[in-house]
Amino acid sequence: MVPLNYYLLLSGFLFACGVAGFLIKRNIITIFMSIELMLNGVNLSFVAFAAHWHALSGQIFVFFVMVVAAAEAAVGLAIIIAVYRTRETLNVDQVNLLKL
Amino acid sequence: MPQNYVPIFIFIAFIGILIPITLLAAKLVRPDNPSKSKLMPYECGIDPLDSSRGRYTVRFYIVAILFVVFDVETIFLFPWAVRFKALGMYGLVEMLVFLIILIVGYIWIWKKGALEWV
Amino acid sequence: MTTPPFNLADYIMSLPIILLTLFALGILLIDLVTPKRWKWMNAVTALVGIAFSTGAIVFRSQKALRLSGGSGLLAYSNSMLIDRYALYFWYLFLAAAAISILLSVRYLEIEQENHGEYYALILFSVVGMMCMAAGLDVVLIFIGLELMAISTYVLVGFLRTNRRSNEAALKYLLLGAFSSGIFAYGLSLLYGLTGQTNLIGIAQGLQQRMASGNGHPGPIMVIALLTTATGLLFKIAAVPFHQWAPDAYEGAPTSIAGFMSVAVKAAAWAMLLRIVLIGLGPLRSVYVPLFIFVSIASMTAANLAALTQSNMKRLLAYSSIAHVGYMLLGLVAGTTTQVSVDGIRGILMYLLVYTFMNLGAFGVIASLRQRNVIGDELDDIAGLYYRAPTESVLMLLFLLSLAGIPPLAGFYGKYFIFLSLIETGHYALASLAVIYAVFGLYYYMKIANYIFMREAIDKTRLPLSWGMRAGLGIAAFATVFIGIYPEPFIRTVNWSLGLAQSALVAGLTH
Repeated sequence: MVPLNYYLLLSGFLFACGVAGFLIKRNIITIFMSIELMLNGVNLSFVAFAAHWHALSGQIFVFFVMVVAAAEAAVGLAIIIAVYRTRETLNVDQVNLLKL
Repeated sequence: MPQNYVPIFIFIAFIGILIPITLLAAKLVRPDNPSKSKLMPYECGIDPLDSSRGRYTVRFYIVAILFVVFDVETIFLFPWAVRFKALGMYGLVEMLVFLIILIVGYIWIWKKGALEWV
Repeated sequence: MTTPPFNLADYIMSLPIILLTLFALGILLIDLVTPKRWKWMNAVTALVGIAFSTGAIVFRSQKALRLSGGSGLLAYSNSMLIDRYALYFWYLFLAAAAISILLSVRYLEIEQENHGEYYALILFSVVGMMCMAAGLDVVLIFIGLELMAISTYVLVGFLRTNRRSNEAALKYLLLGAFSSGIFAYGLSLLYGLTGQTNLIGIAQGLQQRMASGNGHPGPIMVIALLTTATGLLFKIAAVPFHQWAPDAYEGAPTSIAGFMSVAVKAAAWAMLLRIVLIGLGPLRSVYVPLFIFVSIASMTAANLAALTQSNMKRLLAYSSIAHVGYMLLGLVAGTTTQVSVDGIRGILMYLLVYTFMNLGAFGVIASLRQRNVIGDELDDIAGLYYRAPTESVLMLLFLLSLAGIPPLAGFYGKYFIFLSLIETGHYALASLAVIYAVFGLYYYMKIANYIFMREAIDKTRLPLSWGMRAGLGIAAFATVFIGIYPEPFIRTVNWSLGLAQSALVAGLTH
């Protein structure tokens, strides 16, 4: 039996990798993958806690997070295609028509 | 329990030693005279036209989008299938509602022509 | 394993949601066979759907609530709490969606993107909002949030060939998905701390943990609070998590920018209040300083940034961030002492008046859209009074209301917030808010200055479609009416909070 802490450290690490990737990476697809990584960190932590509490609700939440991630990925890919069609680049630094 | 991992470490060490030994033994034993025809793709294969890192047509992305969306529907179908008896009529009706909503989406995609490979 | 209980009452209570879903699906299918000339019928269908849904709230949900005699009804295995608070927000979402649809019809025709999916997506996002307002289980709240957010991402990028619209959608999507990830991580930690996904269960679990830790939250609890709060503050666009709002509003179709600034924001507030007041209630002492900081930062940064904007949609985006800052002050007042509900009442009132006045302001901008002019730059509205007197007067009305000038509706939003601050002894915060309100007056009047005091470059009169007339008319009427005769609306807000009647509602009366 692996202790709960190990799972939590791993999930925290995955989540942190996702956040770091989101902040550092410049390619839209890579940024998107970083977000997926964050959500996978969330999933792992939910499953670990569900096992810890012997409660199903955490696992059910994981199902919904996965579905939401898929829906987000689908919409995201569609928007990325639209962006690519209008400006032929996938670098976020060049998607800068709206000033910050 | 770290001692539970001992067999795994032994296994990894075993692989790490055995595979180089076998590769080295094969290298020493086998005859070695490469020729042009031997290095060509297998006789029924096709010569690669381009680097595999090149661009894909945007159609693949649309297929990927559709696949992702309809792929995850099974995430709800599997638990329902496993507990089919226990969930009974209630589960069946709820799943039908879920599937009908998906089918509406499917019809929409179909009519919009996203399934055709233009 | 027991068979899940089938309860017909649950479905009757949530009939408004079910009806909206059916209409949205129907629009998707009908649109496939609708010829181009008849696309406006989709808007009519959507409005009929909203009317049916409203009817279902009035005649089914409210009736069931009254018959039960209680303050709220739990549905779907305690995951949905349909109480007056939820119904209040449902009405608000439906009103905002209806006005947005009215404002959209002509706008989409000009953009040549009048597809039925637009209306279906609006209805879907309203379904998501309703789930957020009525959710008592974080699973339902999360699904509602994502349903709303994903529909809105598509709506923001609805002008597919427009580069600004694409870019806005991309930025909104990336930051929105990022904040959802952080929010979900916070929820997972809360689940880990308490073993519950139900907000009431989470509150009890946190209470026990706080008690066993001598009233000190552990580090995990603080991280859980911070991540959850970050996700929530992202959604209401509070500083320092506001960067997406100006970009998304500027690039989005104007009608959708209006919809986002009122309905999406109200839904995020409904969710925030539920989670913060019920679920995170035991952590009150930890989060109040956080909200004070965020609200001061929001008011300061947004008001200063708004002063220099030349694009009206961006200006209104910054002004909406500033309004979020004022509303957060209401939350501070509402949570400092156990008994004060005035702050929460102020927030609900603020959201109500804000819905009409801000949607009206965006509606006027949308009405300026022509084939070759977007109409959202300050120069585009120079001398508008000579080209479109009606819209100009309405715009002045909405701007004065946004600035909080009595006797318009916006005044009452600020009035209750400031009152609650003074009642709870936050004199410094109250005076700061008043100072920033004066800042607000300056940049709102800058727009008015452009409209009335400049010469028009192009003297042609602007046409106003029937949908625009209806939408702007409703928004203007509500803005004036609430301002002149606010009593019924104050009573409605009191009713929705179930003041002094229910412990469940918003966890206010302990």
